This record gives sequence, structure tokens and C-alpha cells, in this order.
Amino acid sequence: MERRNVDIFGSIDWLTILIVLAIMVCGWFSICGASADLENPDLFSFATRPGKQMVWIICAIVLGAVMLFITENFYNSYAYIVYILLLLLLLVTIFVAKDTKGSRSWLNLGPVSLQPAEFAKFATALALAKFVDRFDFNPQHLGDIVKACAVFVIPMILIVAQNETGSALVYLAFLLVLYREGMTGSVLFLGFCAILFFILEIKFSPVSFGDQPFKLGTWLVLTIIQLLETLMIWLLSKDRSLTFTVLGIGLGGMLIGLAVSLSIIPFKVTLLQVALIVITSAYIVFRALKDMASRYILVAAFAVCSVGYLFSVDYAFNKILQPHQRTRINVILGLEDDPKGAGYNVNQSLIAIGSGGLTGKGFMKGTQTKLKYVPEQDTDFIFCTVGEEQGFKGSVFVLLLYLSLLLRLIFLAERQSSVFGRVYGYSVVCILLFHLFINIGMVLGITPVIGIPLPFFSYGGSSLWGFTILLSVFLRIDCERTTSY
Amino acid sequence: MKNHRFDNRKYVIGILVMTVVLVYVIRLFQIQILDTRYRNSADNNALYYRTVYPTRGVIYDRNGNMIVSNQPSFDVMVVMRNVKNLDTLAFCRSLDITPDFFESRMADIRNVRKNPGYSAYTEQVFLAQLSVSEISDFRENLYRFSGFNITQRQQRKYSYEAAAHLLGDLGEVSRSEIESDGWYTQGDVIGKQGVEKYYESSLRGEKGTEILLKDAYGRIQGSYYNGEYDKEAVPGRNLTLGLDIELQMLGEKLMQNKIGSIVAIEPKTGEILCMVSAPSFNPSELSGRHRGEHYQELSSRADKPLLNRPIQGTYPPGSTFKTSQALTFLQEDIIDTQTRYPCTGGFSFRGLRVGCHNHSSPLALNFAIATSCNGYFCWGYYYMIGAAKYGTPQKALTVWKDYMVDMGFGYTLGVDLPGEARGMIPNSDYYDRHYNRSWNGLTTISNAIGQGEVTLTPLQIANLGATIANRGYYITPHVVRSVEGQDIPDSAFIRHDVNVDRENYEIVVKGMRQSVIDGTCRAANNSDYLVCGKTGTAQNRGADHSVFMGFAPMDDPKIAIAVYVENGGFGAVYGVPIGALMMEQYITGGLSEASRKKVEDYSNRKIDYGEEER
Repeated sequence: MERRNVDIFGSIDWLTILIVLAIMVCGWFSICGASADLENPDLFSFATRPGKQMVWIICAIVLGAVMLFITENFYNSYAYIVYILLLLLLLVTIFVAKDTKGSRSWLNLGPVSLQPAEFAKFATALALAKFVDRFDFNPQHLGDIVKACAVFVIPMILIVAQNETGSALVYLAFLLVLYREGMTGSVLFLGFCAILFFILEIKFSPVSFGDQPFKLGTWLVLTIIQLLETLMIWLLSKDRSLTFTVLGIGLGGMLIGLAVSLSIIPFKVTLLQVALIVITSAYIVFRALKDMASRYILVAAFAVCSVGYLFSVDYAFNKILQPHQRTRINVILGLEDDPKGAGYNVNQSLIAIGSGGLTGKGFMKGTQTKLKYVPEQDTDFIFCTVGEEQGFKGSVFVLLLYLSLLLRLIFLAERQSSVFGRVYGYSVVCILLFHLFINIGMVLGITPVIGIPLPFFSYGGSSLWGFTILLSVFLRIDCERTTSY
Repeated sequence: MKNHRFDNRKYVIGILVMTVVLVYVIRLFQIQILDTRYRNSADNNALYYRTVYPTRGVIYDRNGNMIVSNQPSFDVMVVMRNVKNLDTLAFCRSLDITPDFFESRMADIRNVRKNPGYSAYTEQVFLAQLSVSEISDFRENLYRFSGFNITQRQQRKYSYEAAAHLLGDLGEVSRSEIESDGWYTQGDVIGKQGVEKYYESSLRGEKGTEILLKDAYGRIQGSYYNGEYDKEAVPGRNLTLGLDIELQMLGEKLMQNKIGSIVAIEPKTGEILCMVSAPSFNPSELSGRHRGEHYQELSSRADKPLLNRPIQGTYPPGSTFKTSQALTFLQEDIIDTQTRYPCTGGFSFRGLRVGCHNHSSPLALNFAIATSCNGYFCWGYYYMIGAAKYGTPQKALTVWKDYMVDMGFGYTLGVDLPGEARGMIPNSDYYDRHYNRSWNGLTTISNAIGQGEVTLTPLQIANLGATIANRGYYITPHVVRSVEGQDIPDSAFIRHDVNVDRENYEIVVKGMRQSVIDGTCRAANNSDYLVCGKTGTAQNRGADHSVFMGFAPMDDPKIAIAVYVENGGFGAVYGVPIGALMMEQYITGGLSEASRKKVEDYSNRKIDYGEEER
């Protein structure tokens, strides 16, 4: 084995480190603003949150520096072992961890508590990079993609079992990594459809149409399915007669049904639509067999599966989800305009941010966040403090720091010579992006309230160290890139 | 080996990142720059959050009488950050407190150890639960005390001076209670005992928040957005109890100057009709500002008035327990109605003697229950523990114990009150340990007559009465009949069928009827309805306890009752007459002239307990 001596100091990407340090510093000041008491501004005492966070940051810097000395070769060789060890740790945590607010995700190690889920991200990224790096991995091959997905679905399941659904959702970010590596975009398309159908179905409540209650959401989704079916069959076959048949039976039948329902006998148009989709799908399958064009079957399968999905969504939403989860989703979709109930927290957070105005109230001058009316003000809702105390300028500055970090990391990932390095790099990018998207989105009332921290910013040792390890491994891999490509 | 086929996708991801950031910047611009309503409140401290306390649920008795309601009380609140230039002396004078108290109280509020939710920006309780008259001076001078404010709250108002133990009381939350339930902050009240504690989550309601606008001097200018963002308080749920307040008051009157319990249950539903614990106290003593002093005083008394004896006191049940023995022996075919045992002034066998009083001998079950014959039940127990079909005394006692547990003894019944005791039913292990495995029916003979190791709570004795009245089943006894707008889970009021045949219960019922006709319970006889009863005279270190267990009417039981008077002597002395008066009150809805006289008589009788700790 060739042993290379890498000049870490010379080849490391200092720009990334600079940006991350800037984010950490901004985060620390925000934690001061969120948790300190004006009467006792004891920022450096270990007993206070800012004091503790200072210690976590120093530890993180030391940890990150030490991690830089472990070679890429090590990660490449031991990726699976690290991965399996972390999986075991996650599994053990379920049984060992104490129940805190319903979740079993914290391991008590003497004076410190750690959340293994935060460290599993880096292990999963390593394992995925290693798996995709195999010479026979083919991103177009369904079996390979399923196996690659299994790499991150397993830790997801374990984390859901710890009752940390929010942290588990982060692992969906790996889908984007696989997309970069060549996984068909249709998976992302299907995911997009799934979310769109879900939102439409839940968001539009039944209206009265004629004398019948009319499920507007279901009708919309079914109509979209019919249109997509027509569009897809046109793209695949370019066969005008087939396309018009599907369009005519499907959409035409539905319109006639609507007219009949309105003027002659009221009946459930959505049921007719389901029947029409089944008929057109059957016709497509018939044509597929007749024309020896097996790809048409995919279109039929898409249509029928979408209908099945739609009805299972209805069931899952009303029967499986907990009432508080239902309410959260409803509030996000604007269905429950209820600032006094579940939307109260988000509304408080909006008041805090909004009251910051252009320039903010100044460091430690924020009142909304200090009054403890913003929940989790130094962890998940930390961005409120930035908004209130630093205003629009400060908030945009923080967002730009994240933007430059992410773009820089994409650049670094692209310059890797090995698939291993690139996949790992994109894993870092996608995980950070997911955290940023959800965390700031929820504070701004755009995405659902899912309790995940803002990377390098929120209070807490586990998440800070988890992200530090995730990133420093990548920086080390980047040091060892061979620039000739 | 690098595949460049998908390199364009880096742009897709890059654009995705930029889109997310762009959307968020636009959103920030909208809420921070465009939307003026947030900026209007951008002045420091413009918003003032006031907690709105919900009305606590009120409590009704079974006939719709309101027994617990609310009355206004006032808390003096303080926002530390706004306390400026305070004239401490004038302040203390207006509240009638000493400057020392003021200093220590302010220090306590600031102390995060004692007051974990402390923030200099939010209201903290300075003094809680003042009455209208106590607050009036302060209210007039309030404008002089910057940073201080008055919050109106409520405290409990009791319409009857009764049922203190059962209703329980409210007190200020302790630090551990705040830590275990984030709903509470310092100065809040929480149910400490009884129904108030057990049904705390239903009674308390939901707190609200009022958002007010303040000017630079901290003066309230009005509500923020016309209250659009306020959170309304949700009143607590009202409770309806199974309790009959008239019956409860009669019971407490009868138990004056005595120590003991009365528990009455409606057999069909398991609802507790009354639960008297003597000595008692006025429930309003444990309400409001002086709760602490009264609590101290009550808890230091030798006769322990704070103890809820019906569920926390465990006593030997005495002869009331013989009914459970009769049922067990009948079901196990140890005896039948024709079996006769001798009793010559008691049970004597191999040198062991359990005394009894004068009656004919030998006698059958019916008459044995009526005369409360010790000999009969000792023989029955002796034959059961020695019966060949079980093999060993250990196995026989296990069968016996299982019957006792099945009837609701030895474990808590699951009543909806905190602190229920389980009593004691000994098992084979217990005797194996104490007698080194060599014991038999004779060694443990006192179990047969409800003495020795056996102890029950008065509630368990009343529940035995309810089970016999129902001829073989009981519903978990409970205080609260319904919670407004909320279903009590079915699991709370379960029907429990005892594994003894109905005809055996009928035999015992006849014996208990016989006891009222010409046995130990004659004083309970009533011409209007048929009473069934069983006395008990429980031996203990001092004078015997006087016990009665009964139910009426015989064929359509409306009430089952247990009376336990500590050191009251024979069952017939206190237990029977008190039980008879209670049943009359409940069944006829009032008392006859003669009975009213008896009530005066019994309520004035005093038992001397001395100064000993009880």
C-alpha cells in the first residue's frame, strides 16, 4: 500500500473552514441573545447555555482538527465497519436510553449525554459512498438503487424507533445524492407527486356540488393523474390515436359525468373517475401487449398506483397519524388558521422575526425571544433570535453564509477524483441543505415544524460534533484528491 | 474511473440550493420589511404577555348540589425588571407585611433554585390568594408601585362544611411538581389531596395568554391586534360525584367526638355515596392564604385528622369478615346449609381456645351468622385448611387467599382517590417465614374471624357489603360519577365477578337478614324496608372497635355500608345504630322524629382516646 504524506495545512480548503467558523460564531452570539438574562450577563460561566456552547465549540474545533489526521484510506477501508458499529449503537440506544419527552435517543455517558443519531449521518454517508464506489454499481439498475437506499433506510428505521421522526427524515436527503450519481429522476418525480397529491387531498375539503358533497381534493388529484397518464403515454408512444383515446375516455368521461351529476342524477363523480382510470389503464395494457411495447405498462401502473396511494393517504392521515401530528400538518397547509393552538409557536416565532425589521433590535436587546414565548429558542428556533436582534440584514447574512458554504461544498465535491469522495461530499451537501431547508422553513412558517437543529448554529454538543465530524472527514478526503482529471 | 454522464446534475443541485435560499430571503423580506404589523410592535418591550388563568371545574354531588365552586382571590404579581424607585415602607404597609418579609420574598423569587421558571421579564407571584379586603389598600396605591400588578384568580368556595378528605384541597405547586409538569409555574395551585388531586388534569383547564401593548413607561395601552393573537383560557371540566352531600353531613355529625369511618356505596353502580373520616375538619380551612398555618396545625394533632381513614386506615374487620368465610366454605364444599358445628362458649381444640358468647349449640350457618358465632367459623376454617383435597395447609391457604383477593381484599380496589391502602391478606409464604413452615389451621385460626394478620380498609368492608348485596359482583368503587364533556374510560369502573355461586350469596344474605331479625343487628331493623347486616367487634390493643356492615333493601339494594368506630366496643353499640340511621336517611330521604333524636344522642357521645399518637 502506498503511503502518501499529505500536507494538510497546505492543501486543506481554508475557505470552508472560515465559513463554518463564522457560522459557529454567529450561532454562539445568537445563543447568548436567546438564553442570557440581561441582569446577569454571565456569558462565560460554564453553568449558562452560552458558556456551555463555548465549551462545545472549542471541543468541536479540537475534534475536527484531530479527525483531519485520519486518512481517506482508513475511511475507505473501514466504512462498513464504522457504519455497522453506529447501527449497533443506534439499536442499543433504543433499549438503554431514558425516555425524555417520549423519545429514546439520548445516551447518558457520565456527565455528558450524546445523541447517536447525530453521528450516524457521517457513518451512513461513508457506507453509501463506499457502496456507490463499487465498480459494478449501476445507478440505472433498480436493484442497485434499492440496495443503496437500504443503506440509509436502515438507520432511518432505527431512529424512528427512537421516536425521533424528525431526525430520521433527514436521511431522505441521500436520495438527492443518488440522483447526482445517476439515479433516474423519476424517483424524485414520484416523490414530488406523492407530496403534491398528499397536500391537495388534505388541503381541499369537500364542497357541496349539486346536492352531493363533492371531494374537491380527490377530484383534483384524480384529474391530475388522468392528465399525467395522457401526457406520459404521448411521450412514450407518440401515438396520436392512442393518446386521444386515453384522453377522451378519461377526461371526456369525467366531464360528461360531471354534467350528468349536476343536471340529472347526482352521483359520486370521483368514483366514476376511478373507474375511468382503471378502464384507460386496462386499455393501455391491452395496447402494450398488442403493440409489444411493454413500457406502456409503466404508465398504467403509475396511474393505478397513484389511485391506490391517494386512498391510502386518506386512511393514513385519519387513522394512523396522531392528532397532534394531524394538527401540525393542517396548520402548515393553512387548513387550521389557529394562532391559539398548534400554530401559536410558529406565530410567536414570526412575531419575533418580524419585529426585527431591517436592522434588528441589537445584540441582547431582543424581547420576544427572551420572554420565553418562542419555544426551543436556542435550539430549533434559534433563527428567531437572529431575525429579532439582527433584523433582515443579519438574517440574510446568515443565509448567505450557508449559501456560500453549500456552493463551496458542491464545488469541492465536484473536484473529487474518486466516486467515493464525490458521493461523500454530496452527502454532506444534501444533509446540510435538508437541515437548512426544514429548520429555517419552519421558523418562517413555510415547512412543517420538524424538530431538527440548524447546523453549526443551534445550541447542543451532539449536533455540533456530529456535523463537525461529517465535514472534517470530507475536508480530509478533499486534501487527498488527485488534481489531475 | 469517473462517469461524466450526469455531470449536468450538479447544476440542478446548485440551483436547488439557491432557490431555497432565495425563497427564504423573499419570505424574510416579506415579514420583516413589508408586513407592518410586526414592525409596529418592534419597540422594545411593547408586548406584554399576561397569563389568563382558567376557571377551575366546579364539583356537584349526585343530586346536583354544587358543593365546590370558586370565588375571586387576588395575587400580587411582580415583573422584576420594571421595579423602580419602590417606596418599600409604603408598599409593606399597604399589604400588611414586614420589610423583612419583603426582602426575603424578593430574594426567593430571584433565586432560580427555588423558582426554576424565573425570568426578570415575566410576571412572578409576589403574594398569592388575597381576599377582596386584603387587597383593597394595595389596589388604591398600585400606581405608586412600578413593576407590581394584581392578577385576579380564584380560590375554592365550599357550600358545605363537609367531605374535606374526599374533596381534597389545593395548594401552591412544589418545585418537583413544576419540574415534572411544565404546565405549572411558581405560584400556581394544584390539587394536593382527594378528588382535587386525582382529577387535577380535568379540573384545571387550559391557561390562556393575553398579549397587551405597553408604552415606554410600562403602562398598558390596550390589546395587541384586538386580541387576535391572544390565547383564550379554557375552563376546567365540572365533576359530578356519586356523593350524597346530605348523607355525608349526617355521617360526619354522627362521628363527632369519635375516630373512625363510614363508607356507603351504591351496589349497582359502585358509586360512593358517602365517605366519612373522623375526626374531620372544615374544607375551607385548607383553602386560601392561611392554608399553610392550618395544615401545620392539623398535621401536628395526635388524632391525625388529615388521614383519610376510609381508604388509608387498615383495620381488623372482625366478624364482618365471617360473611366472606361463609362464602368461601360454601363454595369449597367445606360446609353446606345443614352442617352444624358445636360451640360451647367458643372454640376449644387441642388446648387452643377462641371465646364466644352464649347461644345454643351446635348450630347451622344461618344462625351462626345471625349470632356471629366464633366457634362455627373457627371449625369451618380449621376443616378447610386441614382438608385432604388440598394436600397441605400451604395449598389450602393459597386457595383461601385467592378467594379473599377475588373478593377485593389484600390489594387496592382502584378507587379514584390518591393514597389508597391495600390492607393485608396473609399468604402461605408469610406463615412459612414466621412459623418455619410448620403451621396449620389452628395456628392461623384468627383469620376465620377477621382478626390476627387480616386487615382491611373500611372501603373494602363496604365493598364486601356491596358484593353481597349484588349477590356476587362489585363495580370498582368510585367517587366521581361523570366528568363534563369527557368520557371516563371503561377500565375505571369495571365489573368484577367473584368466583362464588349466586346461591351461596343468597344463603349469606339470609344469614345477614336473620342477624337483623333476631341476632346482633336487631337495632338496625326498620319497618319500611328489609335490612341485612353483620356486626363486628374487632379486638386490638385497646378497647374493641365497633364495626357494622350491611345493606338495604334486601331484594333491591340501594345502599351498602360499613361503619367503623375505633374503640367503640361491641358492634351493636355504635356500628349498628349509626349504620341504621345512615341507611334510613339515604333510603327514605330523611329521618323520622325518633331517629332525629337518636342522631343528637349519638353525635354527642364522646369516646375518650387519651393523648396517644394514633
